[in-house]
Amino acid sequence: MTTPLLKVENLRIELTTRDGVAPVIDDLSFELGQNENISFVGESGCGKSMTALAIMGLLPEKIGRIASGSILFDGEDLTKASPARLRAIRGNEISMIFQEPMTSLNPVYTVGEQIAEVIREHQGLGRKAAWDMAADLLDAVRIPNARGRVSDYPFQMSGGQRQRVMIAMALACQPKILIADEPTTALDVTVQAQIFDLLRDLRKDTGTSIIMITHDMGAVAEMAERMIVMYAGRGAEIGPVEQIIEHARHPYTKGLTSCVPHIVSQLTEDRARLTEVPGIVPGLKDFGKNMCLFASRCNHRTEECLSARPPMKPFENGQIAACWHAEDV
Amino acid sequence: MTFINTFATRVFYAIILLMAVLVLNFSLMHMAPGDVADTIAQSMGGADKEVLDAIRTDYGLDQPFLVQLGRYMGNVAQFDLGHSFFFNQPVTQLILERLPATLLLVISAQLLALFVGVVLGVYSARKPNGIVSHFVTFFALFGYSAPVFWTGILLLISFSLMIPILPVAGMRDVTIEGNFWVHFIDVARHLVLPMITLASIFLALYSRLSRATMMETLGSDYVRTAKAKGLSERQVVYKHALKNSLSPVITLAGLQFSAVVSGAVLVETVFSWPGLGTLAFQSIIARDTPTILGILFFSALVVIVGNLLTDLALRLVDPRVGGKG
Ligand SMILES: Nc1ncnc2c1ncn2[C@@H]1O[C@H](COP(=O)(O)OP(=O)(O)OP(=O)(O)O)[C@@H](O)[C@H]1O
Ligand SMILES: [Mg+2]
Repeated sequence: MTTPLLKVENLRIELTTRDGVAPVIDDLSFELGQNENISFVGESGCGKSMTALAIMGLLPEKIGRIASGSILFDGEDLTKASPARLRAIRGNEISMIFQEPMTSLNPVYTVGEQIAEVIREHQGLGRKAAWDMAADLLDAVRIPNARGRVSDYPFQMSGGQRQRVMIAMALACQPKILIADEPTTALDVTVQAQIFDLLRDLRKDTGTSIIMITHDMGAVAEMAERMIVMYAGRGAEIGPVEQIIEHARHPYTKGLTSCVPHIVSQLTEDRARLTEVPGIVPGLKDFGKNMCLFASRCNHRTEECLSARPPMKPFENGQIAACWHAEDV
Repeated sequence: MTFINTFATRVFYAIILLMAVLVLNFSLMHMAPGDVADTIAQSMGGADKEVLDAIRTDYGLDQPFLVQLGRYMGNVAQFDLGHSFFFNQPVTQLILERLPATLLLVISAQLLALFVGVVLGVYSARKPNGIVSHFVTFFALFGYSAPVFWTGILLLISFSLMIPILPVAGMRDVTIEGNFWVHFIDVARHLVLPMITLASIFLALYSRLSRATMMETLGSDYVRTAKAKGLSERQVVYKHALKNSLSPVITLAGLQFSAVVSGAVLVETVFSWPGLGTLAFQSIIARDTPTILGILFFSALVVIVGNLLTDLALRLVDPRVGGKG
């Protein structure tokens, strides 16, 4: 790998809640290469969306902040960039698709206007040119009769179509990085497969790097080169997808993947979902503790796990796992 | 096409509603003691029973109630609201002379309240702990609980005594001569205080509502999307959030429209504004039944038209209302 497109180093994000300040993301590091697809997996509430929002510079105002660490995009530290600079990057060089297609589009503007707007903002195109491009983009995300539907309002579209509009909007300026935060969670199964197919094909055509957050192990196996398993705001395991599925080095990853025998299946077949690992995720206020946060649910647990946070242990094959017993798993 | 259809339906219902208002008004006035004959007799300085009966026969007041009602409705359909004996003028003419003044007051007060209310609401929603925000909360409580006539008299006193730069009574200064603009400015100066008084009550309501809806909208997913597109703060707030926050405020404004019209009656009386309100006041004191009925009819008309306009405005800001699809 040459110089990475995105390099997140020792990122720590703190949320100020009623119970005080808690680190939702605690010392997370990872890299994203040119034209690479990296997937984030992990249970609900482990901080996947927070990581994505931090990269976008869109952490919830007054609640979330980047306490330390850096996010290097093309060598530039986004945590130190000015608001104006961040605006120039957002939607242009890094864009994002959200979890909730039904509510993520503005109900009072046409989809064409919402796509054209971002083109006008970043590419300086005129109204007419931007509108035509919006129609082309709708066509590219495979909305039938795109020319006729640019002037539709979001309420006239289905969930899957709205998510396609979001994708069109995100790709309008040919970004270097596309962050897709559970793009299919709210959609039904056949539509999920179509959206993943679309993302995969678009990636082939445009060479955009993708950060994909998903619960769909089938999609991870099919689309991503590397994956990051997150647990309670920390990276549990990072590495090439096939290796991790074949031999997980973290007990949590193992729990997630073990019950999915036919993970590497066709996208259109029955989707394999993340399996539930027995036990519960620690609450936000425990996130900062100096111990292995998975210990309470782990059958490899020893004294060591409760007394200190495990370091990220690298293996020769590129896998990295935060477990005191990674070698034995 | 659907739009024209729904609009036609609305107009049809509005006409039915107006007819119901007419019947109700007429019946109520009919039940009240005293009639036109009494008023005429009074203006003649008293009359005996024969004269009264003669007048009643002349005006058809001895006819059965339904016949009188039918005739009244028939006349109204031809824009004939009867004759005012007190003012000695056709009621329609009397009202049309006064209507522009009331419309001017009501519409300008409503627009002022909406505009300032939304501006304050948006501002305080963006800074929920700022001084403006607290001011809005306080002012809303104050404006809503203080009665109009009290606010009016308070403004009247403070302006006539402390800063006597604005006229406090009437609508124009008859001594002023000049071209259109001179008169325009004259009327505008007279309008300021009554307009502010009337606007103040509704201003409080609108600013509170727009603050609440704006805060909700600013936290919505599509506002996050707008930010994720790299749009400027101004575009995010005024293009994406504001347009979505307007619907509830416009709906409320529509609902409040009748309250604004009735508030205008009080404000007009306080500031001697020569509109329907003062006319209503005078005709009630004089028991001028045709005029009272005419004013009630026109107020209903104004409110109904106001609601139709609200509907149109809602369609403009929100494509989900009625439109295609
Ligand atoms: N606005 C907020 N205020 C307070 N806490 C928040 C806020 N947003 C998120 N959190 C907390 O931050 C933690 C991480 O949330 P995040 O949305 O990143 O989870 P996630 O991994 O994306 O989960 P999911 O799979 O459900 O989307 C959660 O524990 C959540 O409760
Ligand atoms: Mg999430």
